[in-house]
Amino acid sequence: MAERNEVSRPVITKKLDEFFSGLAKAFRFVKRFFQEVWFPPYEIKEILRQSYEIGYRSLPLISLTGFIIGIVFTNQSRPSLAEFGATSWLPALISIAVVRALGPLVTALIASGKVGSSIGAEIGSMNVTEQIDAMEVSAINPFKYLVITRTLAATFMIPILVMYTDFVALMGSFLSVNVNELVSMSTFFVQVFEAISFLDIFSSVIKSLIFGFTIGIVGCYKGYNSSRGTEGVGQAANSAVVMSMFLIFVEELLIMQIVNAIRYA
Amino acid sequence: MHNEQNLVVEIKDLVKSFGDNHVLKGVDLNLYKGENLVVLGKSGSGKSVLIKLMVGLLKQDEGLIKIFGIDTAGLKLKDLNKLRLRIGFSFQASALYDSMTVRENLEFPLVRNTKNLTRKEIDTKVEELLDAVALPNTINQMPSELSGGQKKRIGIARTLILNPEIMLYDEPTAGLDPVTCIEINNLINEVRERFKTSSIVITHDLTCAKQTGDRMAVLIEGQFNSVGTFEKVFEEATDQQVKSFYDYNFIR
Repeated sequence: MAERNEVSRPVITKKLDEFFSGLAKAFRFVKRFFQEVWFPPYEIKEILRQSYEIGYRSLPLISLTGFIIGIVFTNQSRPSLAEFGATSWLPALISIAVVRALGPLVTALIASGKVGSSIGAEIGSMNVTEQIDAMEVSAINPFKYLVITRTLAATFMIPILVMYTDFVALMGSFLSVNVNELVSMSTFFVQVFEAISFLDIFSSVIKSLIFGFTIGIVGCYKGYNSSRGTEGVGQAANSAVVMSMFLIFVEELLIMQIVNAIRYA
Repeated sequence: MHNEQNLVVEIKDLVKSFGDNHVLKGVDLNLYKGENLVVLGKSGSGKSVLIKLMVGLLKQDEGLIKIFGIDTAGLKLKDLNKLRLRIGFSFQASALYDSMTVRENLEFPLVRNTKNLTRKEIDTKVEELLDAVALPNTINQMPSELSGGQKKRIGIARTLILNPEIMLYDEPTAGLDPVTCIEINNLINEVRERFKTSSIVITHDLTCAKQTGDRMAVLIEGQFNSVGTFEKVFEEATDQQVKSFYDYNFIR
């Protein structure tokens, strides 16, 4: 009888069941993070090690991408502004675009590809090879050692990386403006800082913290709940990237609406 | 020797299923102080599930597991962890932490479970354990640089660093060559002598069972078919499944 019920169950119901039970599981995972993060042991050494892995090791990729984005965005914007004879507005335009949206978004997307997949694969592999079980039977809390450390490291390193990306992108933009419009560095940066407000910087930092948390927790969640077997490791890494990128875009949209509401209130 | 006072593990009517797969169907088992009990069975017969239930990595559906007289069902995590410290679990694939050296692998559980240890005390303990498993020169190596047999030994050393009273070995000789198997079997016996442990050895290797076990328990179709000494279980076996298990291992 039970088997007949199983067979006759519509696929859509099954999928919805899976979706909502997955959502509940993810919610419990995030809840556990906020329940356990306040209590010792704090695993400072592991947080610093992860911060180094996430922050320092991402620098070459972030530097290159940020610099190129600065140059490309400036070069692409120039013709439109030139039509109105407004190329002198380039530094202001670039700074607003980079600080408000491009810097946080590009950094978060690169980090979700590099950091999120690496966290997902590492924890997934530890799950497959019973290293997480080995921690549990040694009376060590693997959630604290693996999940909280990595999530905190990502949460605090992404804003630093974002600030760095902003700076590198502006330097790229300056190079282009300097070569084409013969603008000095001091003039360029005076215009840059005149255009951006405290709200821009504050919202950028808050946004980056949220992006960092998302990348860390999604990578950990996918790795921690990976299915056993080598295929599960690959799937964990892949779905960590896909899921965190999706969430980053949704968060960007929501935060942008909130910040705009504050700005124009 | 086998009396209530010496009982360290008591399992009664243990039931565990994964969906429609009924793995353990009412298992009874006792482990006495100082003995090596070997649990034999085919792959997928639920041997590993049995010891994972004992350390709380899985939860039983029904039945009783008492370790040192403590019922493990419904234990709070803090109490379960206290109990876990008295049990060593050697994993089938060793489960060494990839990102740590051998020294760090051994230090990791020690430092997190023992307060106020000096650097010298930690080093002494690590070196003592590496000597015990005859691998003192691997201290700064990464797990990826070790052979399968070496990984097993380091895994056992890491388990022993917390001075467990019970050792659970999950397939200690799986995937090893015959010579290394014998070395691991000898190590299991040495561990018992030197660290005064009681052990459950999960295996389907009868050579390992014969060399390490005081008693055998054969798990067939979710229940212990026969329990006793090696001779009693195999050489006097009348059950066809137990006999075929013996015949396969020793190619009679």
